Amino acid sequence: MRKCSLSKIDLLFAEIAKTQSLYMPIDGADGRAVYSKWQAGKAWSSALNTVKSPKNFFFPHTEELANFKTAGKTIEIIDVRAEAEDFVVFGVRACDAKSFDILDRVFLTDPVDSFYASRREHGVIITTACNRPTETCFCTTFGIDAAEPAGDISTWKTGGELYLKANTEKGEALLAALEGVTEAADDAAVRAEKENIRKIMKKLPLADVKADAFGGGKTKQYFDDPAWAALSESCLGCGTCTFVCPTCQCYDVKDFNTGRGIIRFRCWDSCMYSDFTLMAHGNNRNSQKERFRQRFMQKLVYYPENNDGIFGCVGCGRCLAKCPISMNIVKVMKTLGGKN
Amino acid sequence: MQKITRDALIEKAAALLENGTVSAVLGWKRGEFDYDVTPAVFNSIDEMKEGFVWNDFCGANFSKYLVSKTKKAEGKILVFLKPCDTYSFNQLLTEHRFDREKVYAVGIPCEGMADIDKIREIAGDGISKIECGEKITVTTLYADEPVVIECEKVLEGRCESCKSKAHVAYDELMGDEGEVLDSNRFDEVARLEAMSAEERFAFWQNELSKCIRCNACRDICPACTCEKCVFGNPNSGVENKAISDSFEEKMFHIIRAFHVAGRCTDCGECSRVCPQNIPLHLLNRKFIKDINSFYGEYQAGAEVGSRAPLVNYTTEDLEPGEVFAKGE
Ligand code: SF4
Ligand code: SF4
Ligand code: SF4
Ligand code: SF4
Repeated sequence: MRKCSLSKIDLLFAEIAKTQSLYMPIDGADGRAVYSKWQAGKAWSSALNTVKSPKNFFFPHTEELANFKTAGKTIEIIDVRAEAEDFVVFGVRACDAKSFDILDRVFLTDPVDSFYASRREHGVIITTACNRPTETCFCTTFGIDAAEPAGDISTWKTGGELYLKANTEKGEALLAALEGVTEAADDAAVRAEKENIRKIMKKLPLADVKADAFGGGKTKQYFDDPAWAALSESCLGCGTCTFVCPTCQCYDVKDFNTGRGIIRFRCWDSCMYSDFTLMAHGNNRNSQKERFRQRFMQKLVYYPENNDGIFGCVGCGRCLAKCPISMNIVKVMKTLGGKN
Repeated sequence: MQKITRDALIEKAAALLENGTVSAVLGWKRGEFDYDVTPAVFNSIDEMKEGFVWNDFCGANFSKYLVSKTKKAEGKILVFLKPCDTYSFNQLLTEHRFDREKVYAVGIPCEGMADIDKIREIAGDGISKIECGEKITVTTLYADEPVVIECEKVLEGRCESCKSKAHVAYDELMGDEGEVLDSNRFDEVARLEAMSAEERFAFWQNELSKCIRCNACRDICPACTCEKCVFGNPNSGVENKAISDSFEEKMFHIIRAFHVAGRCTDCGECSRVCPQNIPLHLLNRKFIKDINSFYGEYQAGAEVGSRAPLVNYTTEDLEPGEVFAKGE
């Protein structure tokens, strides 16, 4: 384990930023934290988390997939893929770190998504433990330990110091390169802080939310539950929940005619939208109830069914905080799971 | 704090359900915390007793829900309307968007709604309890003592410049009726107008670049009631789910602002729900201010059936060139 005084953390950041881009939550002009590129003079935000999750780094909101140019009867396909550059994402919370595992299972299984894979390969994730979780946090529901965040390097902020521990080869290599700005440390302070965090986690209002009632093989049990009607009653179908969610992974592929050629790009899609998975014959989800059900069944039943029981939600609480009508996965779990 | 109580509203609903005036109630439903209130349809008094709330977090405007709910409902639906909600209600009626016969509207007074972000700024994270009384008392996981906050300090932005405490539509009124207020709602617009064109462009560029295109602003907006929005229609040719470039982003917002110009009642729902806290209402308020100064005072939704200046031709109308000149 290494440590670095928080008063000198800029030196640490500068050292990382020397060789690659460094991103972290930084407060914007309106005081809200946004993952942004670090430069001298910018400070790491003290906010618990950002509205937009760090999944953007690997699976951006929009990205070009290919370009096409036509000349007469020929069509040229231009591969726009470029090897991603090395970068570091700092300050990732345990919930968001876990979301990368969930995305990996989708994008890195055959056929591998080369866009995503290249970014994953070149990105180093530095996580940080949550000293002050908030009331919407329920990562523990999904077995995530906010005191022991995953990632290539984990960090803890305590007693005016930032403690760093490498978990992967990539992490070790980076930490080794930071020896000049860190010093060796024992883990006594970190152990105490972890205990502290775990104590707070138990006191959170959502600490008792359990996912046990859900998982693979439960489609029949929940699909026709009459409660979906009331749960989805006032859903606007806006898609806020899907766009702020670190694990939502659906995208649409579209062609944009520039007049001189075609740009084929993909952009996030939302199962809450009426044209989601629209096919030639029409749509198989025609009501907002069905769309709403899809989102939560995907997280709680379908994803675990196809992924060794791992849930498709990490309990980050973004959808709790941001849904315009305050309907969310916790309310769904409590309503459906509570009676089974 | 609200002057009318939850119990009074439940009592009113009970009477109307019992005597058969209405068959269901559109109201605010309690959530996981004390502030995450969800619009819901209550079918019985028992359901209301269990889940209905009326407190400083009942900002949601139900008028737009009437479009879909009245189609489904058998019998009348009871809706509680705050003063600002009644303007949207009238505007939707003007546009023939729902059947007035299927609604029983009860106007209720409103002292202004609280903004949970502002409360969080003062009380801190980890909110475990909020009590709405004379003042707002917030208990958090991290402060030893509950934090007591004056309601005025944490009012939602739109309530700080409330345009009216008077209801413009109702079947029945509860509590004391208020008055149309002389609000300061155009001050912020004036501040933007005072900027140079470059500054103003930079302001909007910065704000709109935060947009994640979740469409919450559009979907909550009582003036946005197209069955199928062009931006959500794959056959429109302009459908987009995402920002393919920063120009598109502005296009979405500017087209939306134009589309609701003269119909936007300034209810403030767009800015309330935006997850990125973009002050969208300022775009629409600029239109309102301009309409007022170019065509004479006009408040959308103040009455049913009024001819909005932008769809009402008169020979006195000013020429586009004059509008342009004034905008410079
Ligand atoms: S659940 Fe909430 S955020 Fe998601 S689509 Fe419905 S209204 Fe929007
Ligand atoms: S479903 Fe909600 S709580 Fe779960 S990961 Fe997505 S945004 Fe976070
Ligand atoms: S959900 Fe857990 S890991 Fe995520 S921010 Fe909250 S406490 Fe931290
Ligand atoms: S609600 Fe906000 S983030 Fe969502 S589309 Fe509207 S402006 Fe953009």
